[in-house]
Amino acid sequence: MYGKGRIIPALILFLGLVTSPMWYKSGDAGKMPKPEKPKDYTECVAPTQYMRTSHMVLLNEWRDDILREGGPRIGKTANGTEYVRSLQNGCMKCHSDKKKFCDDCHNYASVKPYCWDCHLQPKEAM
Amino acid sequence: MNSKRRDFLKIAGLTAIAGIAAPSAFNTLLKGEAIASAGGQHGAAVPTGKRWGMVIDVKKFSENPDLAEKCVSTCHTIHNVPDFGNKKDEIKWIWVDSFQHVFPGDSSHYKQPEALNSMPILALCNHCDNPPCVRACPTQATFKSKDGIVGMDYHRCIGCRFCMAACPYGARSFNWRDPRGKDANGQPFIKAENPKYPTRMRGVVEKCNFCTERLAIGQIPACVEVAAQSKALVFGDLNDPNSEISQILKTTFTIQRKPSAGTHPSLFYII
Repeated sequence: MYGKGRIIPALILFLGLVTSPMWYKSGDAGKMPKPEKPKDYTECVAPTQYMRTSHMVLLNEWRDDILREGGPRIGKTANGTEYVRSLQNGCMKCHSDKKKFCDDCHNYASVKPYCWDCHLQPKEAM
Repeated sequence: MNSKRRDFLKIAGLTAIAGIAAPSAFNTLLKGEAIASAGGQHGAAVPTGKRWGMVIDVKKFSENPDLAEKCVSTCHTIHNVPDFGNKKDEIKWIWVDSFQHVFPGDSSHYKQPEALNSMPILALCNHCDNPPCVRACPTQATFKSKDGIVGMDYHRCIGCRFCMAACPYGARSFNWRDPRGKDANGQPFIKAENPKYPTRMRGVVEKCNFCTERLAIGQIPACVEVAAQSKALVFGDLNDPNSEISQILKTTFTIQRKPSAGTHPSLFYII
């Protein structure tokens, strides 16, 4: 092969450079987010695993049910605790620190929900 | 070979006839259904469920000149309505206007009382029974709910402003600017945020929601609460013949805004 003395090392160097971001972070998934759970409450409106994956679906369901179907504004947890089916007046009552709860995971997953363009977060956390 | 060709032509002919006849047959069937469902539109249908409505006694607002302004500021405060400080960008859920503006073209003769022109008249979304804004909205962001309230889902609003063009009452406002922003002097457009209610974002239309969020917890709309003492505003179920509002409408002559538009407003004015 003509000029293999230069081409093969150059190819290896090129591949190395292109994949360098992967080598740089290999074996490290980054710091896992640890959202701060509320201290005074132990039970959420749905099981943790469901809330972790589908809280946004739940919020949309609440919104459509209340606004369009005239659904109830108060819900009950499995243990019978009443809660307000609302992001601003319900979720944030327990999860009162948006930075430590919402943002922690959202930043890690690089998602930018537009909830807070309109909804107000609790004052003390702002 | 010949007989095969004959069969082919027969089948082709039958298929063509079926193809032409089927859609028209379907159409006649569907039309019959449409006529049947439209039957309830002509006043014959018995109203069911709730239909919230309001009576506005203009005379009582003239006797108490500050009252209308108080209703406006209370509503705008609890709903986080921004004040952009100029008429062009103004956001209004409920506002005070003159008789000529609220009832344009309704002066059938020129010898009307002079006092009419200086009367402050409260205007807000009419929560029409036949709302043109709902028909105009391409995303169903605005909708009519079962209790007669024309509501809005700001999440779905794309800011096309078709509803504003469709509304004959000017009851809708567009957020040209960010409601969370600040003016040139560093003053926020929303003077005091109500933490219980969201704000809106730039690029959405907003309007009065008849205080759905208050009705849900058994309260009356904020403006009605302010005017409750003087009974300048009366709120209630139009479909309940025994409600206070139905009694007033039975005994008092009231007018509506632009009845000729065929929107059937839920707001009634005592002049």
